[in-house]
Amino acid sequence: MKDKEHIRFLQGNEACVEGALYAGIDFFAGYPITPSTEIMEHLASRLPQKGGKFIQMEDEIASMGAIIGASLTGKKVMTATSGPGFSLKQEALGYACMAEIPCVIANVQRGGPSTGNPTHVSQGDVNQAKWGTHGDHAIIALTASNHQDVFNITVEAFNMAETYRTPVIILLDEVIGHMREKLVIPEPGEITVVERLRTSVQKGVDYHPYLPREDGRLPMSDFGGEHRYNVTGLFHDMWGFPNNNPKVVSELLRHLMEKIETNVNNINMYKEYWLEDAEYILVSYGSSARSAIHLARNRRARGFKIGVLELQTLWPFPADMVREKCAGAKAIVVVEMNMGQVVTQVKNAVDHPNKVFLANRVDGELISPSNIKTLLRMIQGKGV
Amino acid sequence: MERSRLVFSGSGGQGVITAAIILAKAAAIFENKHAIQSQSYGAAARGGSTRSDVIIDDAQIYFPKVTQPNILISLTQESYNTFAPIIRPGGLLLVDSKYVTIEKKVDARHIALPMFDTVMKNIGNAIVFNICMLGTLIGISELINPESIIKVLGRTIPEEFMEMNKKALALGLEMGKSAG
Repeated sequence: MKDKEHIRFLQGNEACVEGALYAGIDFFAGYPITPSTEIMEHLASRLPQKGGKFIQMEDEIASMGAIIGASLTGKKVMTATSGPGFSLKQEALGYACMAEIPCVIANVQRGGPSTGNPTHVSQGDVNQAKWGTHGDHAIIALTASNHQDVFNITVEAFNMAETYRTPVIILLDEVIGHMREKLVIPEPGEITVVERLRTSVQKGVDYHPYLPREDGRLPMSDFGGEHRYNVTGLFHDMWGFPNNNPKVVSELLRHLMEKIETNVNNINMYKEYWLEDAEYILVSYGSSARSAIHLARNRRARGFKIGVLELQTLWPFPADMVREKCAGAKAIVVVEMNMGQVVTQVKNAVDHPNKVFLANRVDGELISPSNIKTLLRMIQGKGV
Repeated sequence: MERSRLVFSGSGGQGVITAAIILAKAAAIFENKHAIQSQSYGAAARGGSTRSDVIIDDAQIYFPKVTQPNILISLTQESYNTFAPIIRPGGLLLVDSKYVTIEKKVDARHIALPMFDTVMKNIGNAIVFNICMLGTLIGISELINPESIIKVLGRTIPEEFMEMNKKALALGLEMGKSAG
């Protein structure tokens, strides 16, 4: 039986844990909330086994603060939550954007606003992932529709956090978080793991925490270690000290945006199904993409030219890729479980926004293939 | 194989959800099939009917929920009353004869067996009722190889409980084969 030990049958939340462990997580702080709790529960037992640290904090705000602090000391960190907790984390999340602190935040979405619909599925936090914290800023948000992909995007979330020195949001949803399916755990080395980029500046020599290298990356020094430096949420100079000189302010804000916006193609992850000759394109992500692919597979079998573009990177939104993939379509249907969040981005991206339609469901149940089929028939003028 | 869509139903504590997970795990890991398990989750699951969905197929499974099961297992009267109407015409309906009286006339093959009583008489421990039910289901449907269930149990339960579980599975298999 030993040869099957890398094959697991588990919940999406556990696949996220396996991905985090593979990526080298050292520290987790969190506060339990449905439907994300299993991430915390499994890390509580798994993380100490590999010498990591797990802390249940007094609330979500403190959890976010704890992972930011731990990250500065050189650790790979993560927290997990759902809507109400994600709201609480926003202030510190903005701090991590401004101070450029690598961290991963998993949000397993449930119905909102407020405490909403705790045990039911939703994809209502897509815009919050981008705009939950105030001020201009760029963010990375990744999502997935099956457990192998949950594992992969979790590893990538840690990689991107380190590469771009930014918070990365993993946006799962209740259906993906709780359902069980197979996960094949890759061998070590099979997926690249990006390690912390540490400064080569020697002890006793001035270290500038916010002085970019030629490639734009900022090497870090473990806080409390060899170098003394300042970290602040205020606009700051290369030493990390507060500075409101207009030139410094403008350059830093542009840097925070551009380090991510100019790498859209490197950050963009997506999958496509039967797009080559598709007249109808379903654009979807997370658990609703499963229903879209299910429907497209059945319709294809009947000769219907339909395909699916499954987004895995939601932020920065891959507008160019969406425009190119959708260029030849008669109609583009965005399938999501909210009142229309990604559909707005798709309309902005494509050449003919009047060809973009929303197929949604917001009652806490997973949108079904027949829900999408009904809308498709109406678009085609075939009635229900 | 034809896609199998199963709904396991009963009340909390009977091990319905555990049985669903064991079956799906066995199919996914030891029979190289695609399998998905999900469950109703929320306030309604407490005290009322518990439900867990399993889909098993050779092909990739995308939509993970079961809307019309071709196999329905009900271990309480309430869950039988709730879920019997959704069964796919011509499907299989397996119930425990101690807990469920078949009332409704749905287009399905009805099989009522004394799974609970058999476990209590031969083993005397209700904890393996769900394993006996799985054995019965496999005996009737030949859904997967029973060995795969034993392999999953070997990975998940303590050694000292293996004999009792194997016995419960065998009792179920025997009952299922003679009924099927």
